[in-house]
Amino acid sequence: MAAITLPSDPVDLVTPPGLLSAAPLIEAKNVELFYGSSRALKGIDITIKEKLVTAFIGPSGCGKSTFLRCFNRMNDLIDNVRITGQCLIGGEDIYAKDVDVIELRKRVGMVFQRSNPFPKSIYDNIAYGLRLHGTKDKSEIDGVVESSLRGAALWDEVKDRLHSSALGLSGGQQQRLCIARAIAIRPEIILMDEPASALDPLATVKIEELILELKKEFTIVIVTHNMQQATRISDYTAFFYIGELIEYDLTTKIFTNPAKKQTEDYVTGRFG
Amino acid sequence: MGIHRGHNARPLEWIAEKFIFTVSLSAIAMVFLIFLFVGREALPVFLGDTDSALVQTVIPSKDMEKTAPDRLARYLGMSVSELKTKDADTLRTMMEIREEAANEVPAAVRDDKDASANTTEWKYLLKAHQWTGYTKPEHIWQPVSAIHKYNLVPLVIGSLKTTLIGLAFAVPLSLAAAIYVSQLAPPSWKEWIKPGIEFLSGIPSVVLGAFAFLVLAGFLQDIFGYRYRLNAFVAGIALGLTAVPLIFSIAEDALTSVPRSYVQAALALGASKWQTAWQVVLPAAAPGVFAAIVLGFGRCIGETMVVLIASGNASVVSWDIFDSTRSLTATIAAEMAEAVNGGHHYRVLFMLGTMLFAVTFATNLLGDAVMHRLKKQR
Repeated sequence: MAAITLPSDPVDLVTPPGLLSAAPLIEAKNVELFYGSSRALKGIDITIKEKLVTAFIGPSGCGKSTFLRCFNRMNDLIDNVRITGQCLIGGEDIYAKDVDVIELRKRVGMVFQRSNPFPKSIYDNIAYGLRLHGTKDKSEIDGVVESSLRGAALWDEVKDRLHSSALGLSGGQQQRLCIARAIAIRPEIILMDEPASALDPLATVKIEELILELKKEFTIVIVTHNMQQATRISDYTAFFYIGELIEYDLTTKIFTNPAKKQTEDYVTGRFG
Repeated sequence: MGIHRGHNARPLEWIAEKFIFTVSLSAIAMVFLIFLFVGREALPVFLGDTDSALVQTVIPSKDMEKTAPDRLARYLGMSVSELKTKDADTLRTMMEIREEAANEVPAAVRDDKDASANTTEWKYLLKAHQWTGYTKPEHIWQPVSAIHKYNLVPLVIGSLKTTLIGLAFAVPLSLAAAIYVSQLAPPSWKEWIKPGIEFLSGIPSVVLGAFAFLVLAGFLQDIFGYRYRLNAFVAGIALGLTAVPLIFSIAEDALTSVPRSYVQAALALGASKWQTAWQVVLPAAAPGVFAAIVLGFGRCIGETMVVLIASGNASVVSWDIFDSTRSLTATIAAEMAEAVNGGHHYRVLFMLGTMLFAVTFATNLLGDAVMHRLKKQR
């Protein structure tokens, strides 16, 4: 059983040099989002760096999940949503007219708050994305299924029942399966919308360990309600409040020496 | 008292619960009773107690006392217990009527080799028979001809043919509509299409039948150029129209109740809306969609008015969809009024009813079993 590691004292953290020098990957410029006539995001500017974990924190309804969904255009599915401003990934405007949303979502994977495996076998859950993007070779799919499950630290638990239903797995296993499904199509970015909020502490630890492992290969943006979680796993943290980006900095800075009073009040638990 | 109050604590709830229980039980009892009563009328055919032979050995009325009660009962078409309730004069009169009836049979018919055949026997009901005047064995349903011909095959074929055409028309149409409305349509469209299709179920089938008879038959004839204006194809399409709202409505419910999270997962993986609907939502809703099709089958095979009006009502053995045809249900509806109560025609019609009941029951049972299997597979 994995030991639960308590967050180390933030004061003792030393900023690793890689954090500052990492290349920018996602850039949002004055992004505004309207539900009908109400403005849910108010002129957000942010630059998210490659192969790091960036956490979005803030009280419920502050727009952090809505903002996260701008990066893979999941907001397109909601009626009456209008987005202005620019959202660039790797320098390309993802809201440009000629953008293929399917290609975009292949590059930007997503893990949801509630684990949502398909009612298919474990194997087919992972193979689905591959088949969707044109992989037909059985041995290639087999290989990716195994590597993705290994990547999501699930292989040893499910290798003997790959063809049984994914719905038979525990909540934590299902969520790791969803992560495996997301990484199987090799995205550049993985968006995580409170991926551990519905899980028990032990399953949460596994997901967090996994996220730290995944950032070697992927850029991760995670929305979380759990501030300890943000300190444990993220390199940068953005604090949102009522549709505005209040403060965005190194996680250590946000939690130890925030520049804004609102941020300090929130991270110290005075509201939220 | 304290907590030990049992159902006295909430008497109204207790009464309501028992009431609902009784109602649900009575629904089951009702189905059972219907089957029992329909089956009872048909029982003599199943037991071989009916005799439709035109020329029978006549028992002279003077021999009444000498005849064994069970033989007499069968001869007069009643049960032994019924026989005992009649007095001797009544029985004698009945026997005299039989004698007269036998004498009234025209000589030409009396000499027919088939005149003494009991046509309600299984071999006549199911197998082809070479009737006098025919060049080869044939399946014929002619209950009111001089010699009553009760072959079920043309009716069964008629029912299956129209039902299959109806389903072939209705299933793709209603599933496509259900997928469109539940997954692809913008909400404002959905508000119009869904009630629109479901409104179809409010049209009485006799009106739909008239529509098929007056409009559809001619319209389709112009397109397909078939010979007989009223035929299995026209009836099948009209049947399909009656089944569309049913299949659509159940399938749409099943598709809509597939969790949004599956849809989001698929879209986030880069599936198009169409791929999501076809590859994720439809398989997830398979049990419900299957139930919709099974119920659609039951609706089609049980529908009477539409086929009665639009099928042409010719009981011919043919798998050609453009031939006129006649279904089990239409036969019952058309002939029940003229069948003599308790006579062999009446019995055979009830047997058709029993068969229909059994077929729909078996289909629903099978559908249920398949549905459970599909649900378990996830």
